[in-house]
Amino acid sequence: MENKLSPDEKREALWQGQLSPKDPAGNDLQFQSPEAKKAYRERILRIKDAIEMRRLPDRVPVTVFPSMFPWINAGMTVQEAMYDYGKAAAAFKQFVLDFEPDVHWGAAQVGPGKLFETLDYKLYSWPGHGVAPEHCFQCNEGEYMKADEYDALIQDPSGFFSHVYLPRVFGALGGLPMLPFLPGIQEIYGVAFNFIPFGLPPVQATFQALFEAGAEALKWAGAIGGVNGELATLGFPTLIAGFSKAPFDVIGDTLRGTKGIMLDMYRQPDKLLEAMEALVPLMIKLGVSSVQVTGNPLVFVPLHKGADGFISDEQFKKFYWPTLKQVLLGLIEGGCIPLPAAEGGYSTRLEVVQDLPRGKTVWMIDLTDMARVKETLGRNACLLGNVPSALLNVGTPQDVRGFAKRLIETVGKDGGFILSNGSFFDEAKPENVRAMVETAKEFGAYA
Amino acid sequence: MSDQLVRAIADMREEEALTLVREMVASGVEPVAILDAAREAMAIVGQRYQEGAYFLPELMLAGEMLTQITGLLKPELARVPEVKRHGKVLIGTVKGDIHDIGKNIVTFMLDVSGFDVLDLGVDVSSPKFVEAIRSFQPQVIGLSGFLTLAFDTMKETIEAIEAAGLRDGVKIMIGGGQVTEEIRQYAGADAYGRDAMSAVTLARQWIGTK
Repeated sequence: MENKLSPDEKREALWQGQLSPKDPAGNDLQFQSPEAKKAYRERILRIKDAIEMRRLPDRVPVTVFPSMFPWINAGMTVQEAMYDYGKAAAAFKQFVLDFEPDVHWGAAQVGPGKLFETLDYKLYSWPGHGVAPEHCFQCNEGEYMKADEYDALIQDPSGFFSHVYLPRVFGALGGLPMLPFLPGIQEIYGVAFNFIPFGLPPVQATFQALFEAGAEALKWAGAIGGVNGELATLGFPTLIAGFSKAPFDVIGDTLRGTKGIMLDMYRQPDKLLEAMEALVPLMIKLGVSSVQVTGNPLVFVPLHKGADGFISDEQFKKFYWPTLKQVLLGLIEGGCIPLPAAEGGYSTRLEVVQDLPRGKTVWMIDLTDMARVKETLGRNACLLGNVPSALLNVGTPQDVRGFAKRLIETVGKDGGFILSNGSFFDEAKPENVRAMVETAKEFGAYA
Repeated sequence: MSDQLVRAIADMREEEALTLVREMVASGVEPVAILDAAREAMAIVGQRYQEGAYFLPELMLAGEMLTQITGLLKPELARVPEVKRHGKVLIGTVKGDIHDIGKNIVTFMLDVSGFDVLDLGVDVSSPKFVEAIRSFQPQVIGLSGFLTLAFDTMKETIEAIEAAGLRDGVKIMIGGGQVTEEIRQYAGADAYGRDAMSAVTLARQWIGTK
C-alpha cells in the first residue's frame, strides 16, 4: 500500500507522522506539558508552510544549524564531546533549550571518537588524532580511489566501497578485500571454499574490529539519539532524516580528491561521467532509506565542489548539475525533501539550479547575495540562511539583528524563508546567536 | 615548435604538450627554451584564470603538465638560470586548520605571476611564521584559514608578528572560507581576498609591480 502513494502523498504522510509523534514503543508521545505539545505542533507547521510555499506560515521560522558550537559554547572541548556521549547529549539538549530554534538538527555531528580509533579512520583527523582537543575534526583528502579504478567503480559501486574504498580509509578493515564473492555461494560443492576467508586471521581481526565498532556505535546512538526524543517531549522537533550527496562530490571529496577529479575532467571525462551516473541510484537510495527509517522528511545534501570559483559554468552544467539534479529529483520522487547546502558562493549557479519542482526543496545559502537568490532559485524553493559566520563571531548583537531583520524584510517577504546561519560554525558569541533567533520572533510575524 | 608548445599547454592539451616536449628534447632544443615556453604558457593560464575563463581544473592540470615537463628535462635542469622575481610572499594556513586547497591555488597563482613564494603548509604556528619572516624576509604575508577557529589564530599570528617587531615591514592579507571585512578588522590584517585573483592583485599593489 505504501508503494501506491504518490510522492506528494508520501511527503504529506511524513508530515502527518511528525504532527502525531510516537515514542520508541509506538505509543503517542507524552509531552512534558500542554505548552510543549502546542509549541511542537506550531513549529512543525511553521516549517512545513515555509517549505511548501502554498500559504504563509504564522511567522518566519528560525533555526541554528551549527557545527561544533553547541559543545564549545558549553565550555567543552570537541575532544570531550566526541568521547563523552552522555555529556555531549546533555550539552546539545541545553543548547536547544537555551536558543529555542523552531527546528534543530540533532547532535550526530559529534561522531564517536572511540569508534574512529577502533577502526583506525584515516579520512579525518579529529581531536587527539592530528587536531588539537579544542578544534573540529577535519578531512584528509587523498586519492582513496586510483585514476585507473573507474571501471571497477562503475561495474559494481557497492563492491568497490566494501572491497576497495573502506579498507583504504579504515586501517582496521584490511581483511575486507579477502571476503568471498557472495554470488558464488550456490550449489553444495564449492560452498565451503567461500568460507575459507572467514577463517583467516586478517578477516577475523577485521570482524573483531567491526564488532567493537558496532558496540560503540550503539552506545553513542543511544545517547545522541535519545536526546532527540527528549527534546521532542519538550516541544522541539528535528526533521532531518539523513544525508545524500552530489555524485561529483562523492568522487571529488572522498574517492579521488579535488585534484584527482579535476584532472579526470580532462584526462577521462567519459569515465567520470559514467561513474557519476552509476552513483545516482545509490545516492537516491541513501537518502530515501534514511527517510523510511526515521520518518523525518528532510535529507541534507552538502554541496562542495560545484561552488563559484571551483569550476566554470560550462563544467558545472556538464559535470556537476546533471547527476545532482537526478539525485534531487529521485529524492523528491521518493517522498523526501532535499536540503542542499550551497556552501561558499553560488551566484553563478542560480539560473541553472532553479529548475526544480516548486515547494519540494530547502536550500541553505551561505555567501551568496540573498536578493539574487530570492529572484531565481527562491521563486520555487524555500531558502534557509544566511547570517554569516563572521558576523556571528566578531559582530555585535545589533549587527546581527540588523542583518537578520533585513533578511526577514526582503527574503522573508512572501514566505519560503527560514532564518538561519549560512555556514556550519564552531565558534560564535552566544549573544549573537541569540540575537538571530530573537529577531525572527520579534519581527518575523506575517500579519 | 616553441609556440606550438605554449599553445598546447595553455589550451590544456596535455598529451600534445608532452609529445612536443619529447620531440624537442630529441631534436636537441635547449631545456631553457622549453622551460621558457612552459613559463609563457603558465602566464597565459594565470591570465585566463584571472579573466574568469579558467578555473581550478585548468590550474591543476597546468601544474601537473609543468611537473611532468620539468621531469622530462630533469638531468638538464641544473643549467637553467633562476628567473627574476618581483618580490617575496610568505604564505601558510594558520594554526589549528589543515585545509590547503585554497592556499595551494593562491600559491600557484602568485608563483606564475612572478612572485617568489614560500609556502609553510598547514597548521602553521605563529612562532613558525615569525621565524620564516626573519629568514625569508617577505614583503607580503598571506594567512589562510577555512574554519571559524582560524579567525582567532589569524589574529594571534598577526599579534605575534607585531610583538616580534616585524609588523611594519610587511603587508598582511588573509583569505579562505568565511573570511570577510569584519574578520580583516578583527584579525588586524591589511586586506582580505575572496579568491586567488585578489591575492595576486594585492601582492602587485603592495610590491609595486604592474
